[in-house]
Formats: sequence, C-alpha cells, structure tokens
Amino acid sequence: MLSLERVSARYGAFQALFDVSLQVNAGESVAVIGPNGAGKTTLLRVISKLVEPHDGELRFESEDLNPVPAHEVLARGIAHVPENRRLFPRLTVEENLRMGGFPRFCRPRFAERLEVAYALFPRLKERRRQPAGTLSGGEQQMCAIARALMSDPKLLLLDEPSAGLSPVMVQAIFELVRRICAEGYTVLIVEQNIRQVLKVASRAYLLDAGRIKAKGPSQELLQSEEIRRTYLGL
Amino acid sequence: MTELLDIYLLEAVLNGLLLGGLFALLSLGLNLIFGVIDVVWICYAELMMCGMYAVYYLYVQFHWPLALAMLAAIGIVALLGFLLHQFVIRPVLAAEPINQLLVTGGVLFFLQAAATLAFGIDFRNLGLALPALRVGDMSFSAARLIAFGVALLGVLGLFLFLNRTYVGTAIRAISQDRAVMPLMGVSGPRIFAITSALGGALAGLGACLLVLQYDVHPAIGLSFGPIVFLICVLGGLGNLLGGFAAAFVFAQFISIGGYFFAIEWGYVIAFAFFIAAMFWRPRGLFSR
Amino acid sequence: MNYPLHLAILVLLWGYIYTSWSLMGRLGMVSFGHGAFMGIGAYAVVMLWNHFGLSPWIGALVALAATAVVAVLIGYPCFRFRIVGHYFALVTLALSEVVRLLITALRDQTGGSLGATPKGALTEGTTVAIGAMQFESKLVWLGIVAAAWLAGLWVWRAVDRSMGRLALQAISEEEEAAASIGIHVTKAKLRITIVSALMTCVGGILYAQYQLYVNPDTVSGIAISLQMVFGVIAGGMFVMLGPTVGAAFTLLLAEGLRLAFGNRYPALDITIYGAMLVLFIIHMPNGILGAALERFRRRRERSLLKAAA
Repeated sequence: MLSLERVSARYGAFQALFDVSLQVNAGESVAVIGPNGAGKTTLLRVISKLVEPHDGELRFESEDLNPVPAHEVLARGIAHVPENRRLFPRLTVEENLRMGGFPRFCRPRFAERLEVAYALFPRLKERRRQPAGTLSGGEQQMCAIARALMSDPKLLLLDEPSAGLSPVMVQAIFELVRRICAEGYTVLIVEQNIRQVLKVASRAYLLDAGRIKAKGPSQELLQSEEIRRTYLGL
Repeated sequence: MTELLDIYLLEAVLNGLLLGGLFALLSLGLNLIFGVIDVVWICYAELMMCGMYAVYYLYVQFHWPLALAMLAAIGIVALLGFLLHQFVIRPVLAAEPINQLLVTGGVLFFLQAAATLAFGIDFRNLGLALPALRVGDMSFSAARLIAFGVALLGVLGLFLFLNRTYVGTAIRAISQDRAVMPLMGVSGPRIFAITSALGGALAGLGACLLVLQYDVHPAIGLSFGPIVFLICVLGGLGNLLGGFAAAFVFAQFISIGGYFFAIEWGYVIAFAFFIAAMFWRPRGLFSR
Repeated sequence: MNYPLHLAILVLLWGYIYTSWSLMGRLGMVSFGHGAFMGIGAYAVVMLWNHFGLSPWIGALVALAATAVVAVLIGYPCFRFRIVGHYFALVTLALSEVVRLLITALRDQTGGSLGATPKGALTEGTTVAIGAMQFESKLVWLGIVAAAWLAGLWVWRAVDRSMGRLALQAISEEEEAAASIGIHVTKAKLRITIVSALMTCVGGILYAQYQLYVNPDTVSGIAISLQMVFGVIAGGMFVMLGPTVGAAFTLLLAEGLRLAFGNRYPALDITIYGAMLVLFIIHMPNGILGAALERFRRRRERSLLKAAA
C-alpha cells in the first residue's frame, strides 16, 4: 500500500533521513520505533509531504507521491495525527472534527463519520461543544485521532500518541489504537514507548540517527538482544 | 430649556449608535484580515475609496440600477483584495511583520494618486436625496438608518459564514495554526486568498454604505482610514467581537463630543480616548 | 538660480526630518506619529508670533518643550507596556491625527484647514529679520538647513557611538536580550524617542519659517507621517545617508515628472512612487542606498576573494 524506497530528507544542511526503505501493506499495523531525534517524526512528515523528500521514491497504492502537494495527500487516503496533536484550541471539538473532514469528498458523509468517531470516543461526544483547548491531554489526543479518522483514511499516521500523557492515559490510548487497528484501519505509528507499541503493532522498523537499523515482526524485535539492551535498557 | 437640550443629546446618542453600526462594518474586513493573515492593510480605506468610485461611475455615468452598481462594486473591491494579497502581501508574508504593514502603505499612495489621475480631485456624489426620518424633535438621515441596518446584517452574515461553513471554519482554524492546515487537506494559500477576497468584499460593502452619505474624492481614505484602524486596535486587532463593540464606543465619543463641542472636537476626544485606552489595556479594550 | 537652490533646501530639510525619524525607525520603532511633532513645531512658532508677537526663537523653545512633553507622554507608556510593531504604529498614528484635528478644530486661532501665514517682518529694503526668523535670501536658508542636516547626521553617529551596535540591535530585536546585557530598554527607547521628536519639531519650525505658510494637512496628520515613513524606506533606514537619499529621490522624482509633463498629470509622481515603494519593500527592503551599498560590498568581497585566489 505504502512504500518508501531509499528516501532521504534534510532540513537545510541537516540530513534527518538516510536511504529509508519501508513498506506498509493494507490492513497492517506497523510501528516505527527509535530514540528521540531518530527522525521518526520527519519520516511521517515526509509521507504526508509536509517535508519534501530530498531523494528516493515515495509510493502510495502504486501512485508516485512525490509530485503531490501536502494538502492533497489527505484526499489520497493518508491521514496524519501530528506530533503534539495540534488541535485548533479555540474551535470546539466538533469544529475540529469538521476540519478533519474538510475535503469536498468527505463532506456528504460528515454526519456518518461523526457517528463513527463518537462511537469510538464517547468522551468527545460529551464535550463536543467545548473548545478543544479546554480538553485534558488524553482527550486532546482522542480528538486528534478522531479528527484524522473523519476522512475515513486508508492509512492512518500516528505520531507519538502517548507523549506527554499520564500512565493511565497511556494505557487507554494504546487500547484505543489497538481497537482502531482491529477495526481494519491500516496504521503506521511512531513511538518512543517501544514496549507498548510493539504489543499493538504486528511489524516494526527500528529507526536510529535517520537510518533503519532493524526490522521484523514485533515479537522478534521485542526478543532481539540488541534492542532489549540498547533501546529498552534491559 | 434643559428638556430641549436633553432631546438633542438623545439625538446625538442615537446618531452615535447609527454611526457605530457603520464603523462596525467598516472595521470588519480589516479585522478579519488581521485576525487570519496577521497583516494590517493600511490601504484598507483606499480600497473603500475604489468601491465608492465604482458605485459612482456605474450609477451616475453608466446609469446602472443602484443595487446592481453596488453589487458590482463589492465584486470589484473583492477582486482588489484578492489581487492585493496575491501580488503584494504574499511576497512579504515571510518578512518582518512591519514590512507587511508598510508594503500596503505603498499601495495606499498608489491608489490615492491613481484615483487623482483617473478621476481628478473633484468631490462627487450620487445625487440621491434620501429623506430624513423625524421622531418628535429628532431627525435621523435615512442613509444612516440604512447603513446601520446593512451593517448589522453584514456582521451577522460574516458571523454565520465563519461559524457554519467549512471554509469559514477553516478561516478561523488557520488563524490558530497555519502549519497544520495541509493535514486537513486545506491549502493555506487558498484560504488566505479567499479571506482576502472576503475582506475586500466587506470593504466594498462599506464603500456602498459610505457613498450613500459622503462625497467621494481621492483623499477620502485618509479621513476614514485612521478611524477604522483605531477601532480595530481598540477592540483588539483580530478580535471581531471586540472591534464590533469598540466601533460603538468610538462613535459615541465622536457623536457626544460633537454635541457638546464642534464635530472635530468629537474626533479629538475619541482619538485621545484611544491613546489613553491603549495604555490602560494595550491589547484592546475587550481583550480576553 | 533660485529653483535649484529651492530644491537643495527642500532636499536637505526633508533629509534632516527623515533622518530624525529614522533614529527611531531603524530600532524597530516605526512611528506614524512624527507628523504630530512637526505640526507642534510649525504651529507653535507661527501662532505665538502671530498672536503674541513672540519671536520664533522663543517660540521654538516653547515648541520644543511641548514636543518633549508629548513625546514622553506617548513614549513612556508605549515602551513600558511593550506596545510594539503594529500597535506602536497605530497608537502613534492616532497621535498625529489628534494634533491635526486639534489644529483644524481651533480654527479661530489657527485658520483651520486653510492654513496660516506668519506675519511678515521683511519690510521694503530689509532682507533679514533675525528676530522673526525670516530671511529673504535662499542662500541663508541653505546654510541653515545644511547645518541642521549635518547636526542630524552627527546625532545619528553619536547615537551609534554611545550605544554601540550590539545594544542597538538588541533593543530593536529582542527586548529580553537587551535587558540581559544591561540595557534599560524603556529608558533607552525613550531617550531616542525624545531626541527624534525634538529634531522633527525643529524640522517643522524650519519648514514653517522657510515656506512662511503652515497648513494642518501638510505639517501634521497621517499624510505627512506616511510621507516620512515611506521616504525613509525608499532611501534606506539602516544607513546614515539613506533617509537623505530617500528625500532626494522622492523630491527629484516629483520635480522631474513635473518638468516632463507639466501639471497635466498632477498625481503621476505619487502613483509611480507608490508602485515603486511596493516593489522596494518586496525586492529591496534596505532601500536604494542600502541595496547599493550591499551590492558594492559584495562586489568588493568578490574581487578581494579573486585577488586572494
């Protein structure tokens, strides 16, 4: 479904990604793990074209994404939950969701998608008239995910959904991610919380210093001696 | 004697209210542009001047029906707003904020002088004789009443548009987080262009209301521009509701000041109040 | 002979006024209020002379005192409450309108928007009335405005010297950074503002006495304030001679077009000027002189590199 071939990206003189190759197949949930500053966020930003890849090939459902401008990526079926959620704080929850369904093709199905979102996140329904800025961290994360689901994407990109949340909320968010995967969404998730995310994802890539260092089924990576020592501190 | 004074004071207050409605509409477009794009169109009043000339020429010279002339004027100024954004603002969006204000100052000179070249310095008016409404001893010009009504409708319309439509929501959203917009499938530059055209259209609507009451000449922007800016700042730049309220406050100062002294004194008092208010509440009277 | 002299006087006089404005402008204090200071200067001397027979020299002292008071009244709260950028520009814009409206409103004393003429002191045969600050010879005026202009440049350098580049930069860019290197920002800004306002006031006085005519629309208000701001931008506000170049450029553009087309197209110069301003701000925000110097510097660097290679 999504494939990256030897993709490089840079910010000015600083190169953030080196020859990254990665595949996501329909129905899969794939994780990209790695330490802080490894280039995980950049990877997602490249896929949604917020960052122009400097080199390499970027394909989604056999279409070349390279010439597609960022604001048309959503219409291709890729929705991105950005780092730090990035809700519109002074818009209400429901208005935030409306923004998630902004493209023309989404609009006729808005009511239907809203039902789906509220079924998945009943808490949001209670708060739908509240400005998003007044939500708790966990609720904001839910709102950000719900917003991305409004366009019924083929592929969902999640950037650090557990960051900055209380331990209880982290559990809840991963539970939700698991449910989203179970409902058949294809998910590419980036996380620092390696142990948790490997329980949710079926496959994973290890990204460090802008390079893919390892890949394989989650269970395998979880048992790899090197990963346990270097990244899990066991 | 005191009774007579009171009724004229009441008339001044009510006229101030009507003037406030007009000011509220005039400041709406500028405020919208600032709130969304973070740019002050210092040439905003000159756009209104263009709209006033458009109405004048279409109606007086080309004998269009007044309503049609006004609609066309709104369209023309909307187009001007769009062009202003595309060719003047966009190239400096990344530059220092003050440059964005200054670049529109160049447009101010340009429009004002170009109007002088094209239309001469004569004062022109539509030659309409609108009746005055008399209530007891008080009288209110119909032009002001119409302006007041249309202004309220305009404010309401904008409010509904921003709250009830996808594009309106996107306009509010982009003012809160520009960079995330592509992830919503929204093209930021497109929303800016639409907002600019909308701001222009509001300036055009303001022009239609102004031309009912005032003569048009190339320098008319200078007499309305400062008031409009100050109202926006007084309400808190970008705060639409604050600007709306500030328009009424400002208009009362002018109207009541003008009642007690001469009309210029009304303006002097209003401007002085503005300066004092800025020190008292630097982010606008109605800042949150 | 008179016409070129007249032009030279105007270039130097406006060059001086623009320089005064730039003292603030280059520190990020873009004031739209300098029309107020110019208006106070021009009207104070003319009114005191006409109504009380007070010599403009004395009147100038009154005008300067009034200007200083106004500058502090507007500057102190602005800097104290960190009113910067758009807000500063618009607050000062209100100030220039207040002064213009006051002059217009006091029409019984000032003549309102028709303007006023100082009572003539040059009788038949006399060409110099020092007490009345009226001189028939344009050469005398050239000397006076040249002195003012040089003084303005001297102040510019003195400011540079006394504060140092670093401090200047810090004030204009980062208030906190400035405070951290031990600059009392409010005080520093206020001092510059007072100097700039006083110099502009002197400009207004000289303008009134040279033209022997004042009008609220040509010495105060938004129009004149905008003229100062944009004249400076055209020339370049970050180099010492930039404002003067701006003054010369705008004046010569206007006069050149007038010579070429006569009075057939009365606003052609401003039309072109406005369009050029837009292009300047987009393509060369450092102004004519700033861009020219930059180019010169680059070329020299390149030739130095070549020589080294």
